Amino acid sequence: MPELLLELFSEEIPARMQRKAAEDLKKAITDGLVAAGLTYEAATAHATPRRLTLHLVGVPAKGADVREEKKGPRVGAPEQAIQGFLKGANLASLDQATVVSDKKGDFYVAHISRPGRKAVDVLAELVPATIRSFPWPKSQRWGSGTLRWVRPLHSIVCTFGTDLEEPEIVPFEVDGIHAGNVTRGHRFLSPAAFSVKRFDDYVQKLFNAKVVLDADRRKNIILEDAKSLAFAQGLELIEDDGLLEEVAGLVEWPVVLMGTFEEAFLEVPAEVIRATIRANQKCFVLRSHHVDQKLANKFLLVSNIEAKDGGRKIVAGNGRVIRARLSDARHFFHTDLADLPDYKTCGKPLDQRLAKLRALNVVFHEKLGTQGARIDRIIRLARELAPLVGADADKAARAAELAKADLMTEVVGEFPEVQGLMGRTYALAQGEDAAVAAAIEDHYKPQGPSDRVPSEPVSIAVALADKLDTLTGFWAIDEKPTGSKDPFALRRAALGVIRMLLDNGVRLSLLEAFGKALAALPKSGDGVSTDLLAFFADRLKVQLRESGARFDLVDAVFALGAQDDLVLVVKRVEALASFLATEDGKALLAGYTRAANILKAEEKKDGKSFDGEVSGNLLAEPAEKALAEAVSTARAAAAKAVAAEDFAGAMSALATLRAPVDAFFDGILVNAPDAAVRANRLALLTQIRAACHTVADFGRIG
Amino acid sequence: MIDPALPAHMRPDRSFQGLILTLQRFWADYGCAVLQPYDMEVGAGTFHPATTLRALGPKPWNAAYVQPSRRPKDGRYGENPNRLQHYYQFQVILKPSPADLQELYLKSLYAIGIDPKTHDIRFVEDDWESPTLGAWGLGWECWCDGMEVSQFTYFQQVAGFECSPVSGELTYGLERLAMYVQGVDNVYDLNFNGRDGAEKVTYGDVFLQAEQEYSRHNFEHADVEMLFEQFRMAEGACKKYLAAGWEDAEEKRHLMALPAYDQCIKASHVFNLLDARGVISVTERQSYILRVRELAKACGKAWLATAAGGAE
Repeated sequence: MPELLLELFSEEIPARMQRKAAEDLKKAITDGLVAAGLTYEAATAHATPRRLTLHLVGVPAKGADVREEKKGPRVGAPEQAIQGFLKGANLASLDQATVVSDKKGDFYVAHISRPGRKAVDVLAELVPATIRSFPWPKSQRWGSGTLRWVRPLHSIVCTFGTDLEEPEIVPFEVDGIHAGNVTRGHRFLSPAAFSVKRFDDYVQKLFNAKVVLDADRRKNIILEDAKSLAFAQGLELIEDDGLLEEVAGLVEWPVVLMGTFEEAFLEVPAEVIRATIRANQKCFVLRSHHVDQKLANKFLLVSNIEAKDGGRKIVAGNGRVIRARLSDARHFFHTDLADLPDYKTCGKPLDQRLAKLRALNVVFHEKLGTQGARIDRIIRLARELAPLVGADADKAARAAELAKADLMTEVVGEFPEVQGLMGRTYALAQGEDAAVAAAIEDHYKPQGPSDRVPSEPVSIAVALADKLDTLTGFWAIDEKPTGSKDPFALRRAALGVIRMLLDNGVRLSLLEAFGKALAALPKSGDGVSTDLLAFFADRLKVQLRESGARFDLVDAVFALGAQDDLVLVVKRVEALASFLATEDGKALLAGYTRAANILKAEEKKDGKSFDGEVSGNLLAEPAEKALAEAVSTARAAAAKAVAAEDFAGAMSALATLRAPVDAFFDGILVNAPDAAVRANRLALLTQIRAACHTVADFGRIG
Repeated sequence: MIDPALPAHMRPDRSFQGLILTLQRFWADYGCAVLQPYDMEVGAGTFHPATTLRALGPKPWNAAYVQPSRRPKDGRYGENPNRLQHYYQFQVILKPSPADLQELYLKSLYAIGIDPKTHDIRFVEDDWESPTLGAWGLGWECWCDGMEVSQFTYFQQVAGFECSPVSGELTYGLERLAMYVQGVDNVYDLNFNGRDGAEKVTYGDVFLQAEQEYSRHNFEHADVEMLFEQFRMAEGACKKYLAAGWEDAEEKRHLMALPAYDQCIKASHVFNLLDARGVISVTERQSYILRVRELAKACGKAWLATAAGGAE
């Protein structure tokens, strides 16, 4: 069957847009073909800096004929309706319609048949329409034209045909650009135009003209070459997927080259060097193979040409820029270690930056006050949380005080991604306690699912204080995440708190902690704590689901109310999950459900609950006597175990109820004719329910 | 490649002035009107009315010129080898943008000695926006061996008006380019006149003292009260000339778009000086930018009602 080759050749497409644009092109064309009654067997899309390419195989030359029935108005309907129907169905008169009857009477039906269209005709309309309405994030006009594209569009290849024949050029034009079969190779290495037939031919000719069409192949070439160049020097490439994706979108013919900078620059923290070289130069850095993993004074650049001189000038030029950038970085680093001219009297260097941050009244959020006010809140909260996590309160307060000071440093101003890390570096340089310095870096953690969770007590105290202040603050001003919008990364903050508490087994009443944080805020609202706790419950469910646990049990535990100690919540959930995995557990859950359902019905019928004491005198049957005794024992034992946080013990206590509950339901009619006996039995069921609720709301288990 | 007929001191890789002359020659050969710098303080070559105003309206326009650009905040007291509060841009504006604009640009690099077969030339995404001019466009930073040497922009909007036809704007960072082709790491070491020995004039000879003096001025001594007053005066004058310039009540024809625009440029530069003095807070900053933009928009509107702006 025929195949389609489509190439849209333009000036340089931004790297970050290429992959999505290729996918958008594929979707628009394939959707359009399908909508026109055509099919295809496979579609692949590619992008380079200068072209978007689509390859479709197995497209039939002609679509299938379509027959459809169109229901019209009733016989005898007003003339206007009749005319509308004729026009819509493209009929000359009612003679061409048939009359069909249903329960309500006779109505007209038009039988419309459309012969399948030729694929080439469909494409000749579809491709230009797609180009004109392409979903670029930003597009432009150029010259005197009106067409919009990401950058000026120069030529279009659009051929259609089988491999047995010369493919046909799909005839169309867009703003004066006529589709053809001619494209160009690499801008510098092989700029001549050449004609292409089908995809295989196209890919091969492009390769001969120094263009690697497939972005993943370009990425592989870069990665493999980078690794082997590193290996040859006894070094290891520091891999960086984001950078790799970007540089693969900046070249059509990747050539990896290695350059060097002076070792003296290595006094600047490795992360800063890496950030400088990455952000400004889009180059990779390397580290030693040894255990120390020390950053090497080398860089790898990805050039777009095979230079006549083997890349000597390119390496030299890049090296000069990198040296200039590293000089700047080193200058910033030294500036940050020195006194701030106007704040020399405000203590050590970081304290001076803090003083400047306060003096400038930098706003954290319009409704949440300045950064200075926020720092004060975090200091107070960190101090209060310190004893709960086993941290020294003074150290926690000191770390909280300095935690944001690096925002005023030159290095962080230039490279925001090294915030925290620089704070730690500068704190150590000015002689702060190691735990304080570590907490300055760690208080932003964990940033994402793969990030390290702080484990040192001082770090935990400050990281919790920072996140709880953020969460309660944005909750208080009603800036909660909605749908996919979470501009203040509050989900991540809550998940961070959850992971810190759980990983470190930190026992903390969240409601109390929220209360402390809220008390310090400029604004607070009613119900903020409860709502925020519900948000935590949701995040916890997500977290448990990802770790493969039974997240539905979280609801059962939170439904008990006042469950704000996440370590206990999870212990309960785990105990519950293992209990429910046993036969006893399953049977008890069934018994509970039966009891709860009966109670629900009877409570509704009588309009009251049956939570009075069970009267021993009214117990007649052995099964109910046995159950009453078992419930009383189990309930007491479960409550005792729960109080001791022995949830497995509580579950074992409940497990003893299985047999008596089963026996009770087997032999006893709850709704006895005697009203007093009935009420007593219902009270017994209430006791079963209550016993189960010492551990979790079994009614929420789904 | 570099014209072999050039005497050594005129070669673009030997002297700063040789570089400028080569670029002027190249664009003159293409057919540009080679203009001289605008005689006012501006932050970039784009502010020259030959770009801002000429980019508006339907009339074709090809021009090239050097523009001294003042960025008061970028002063470093002559101590930084790359940063200057006063530097030169070479500006090319072609309306409508020709289909081979990228090739033309590459040929101009070739003319100053940058051979794309040995140097890695790259077009890296850079969306240009000037909030004060109410202007934006799409294009690239042009990289040579990892160094940004030019900006390349297709203007989409200027002074709040759609550009139709679209102008192509090339802005060469002359000091950067010269440092590159001369192989110099410090801007002050650039050979300015292409001579050697006692006859040699360096960039430092010409500008080092100026950088030191203007840095002092920009950061420490520029008279804040006076500047605030100047801003108000320029803003007032701009509005006044714009109002007075309409030929009649129908506002079909404007007779003083250029003098009004001068006042807009002045307000913009005064704002940059105030910004460098650190006396404009973050919130105020936005409102000053908006005030200049309003002036720019009104000047653009007036320009479109002039003969050069394409009014009937």
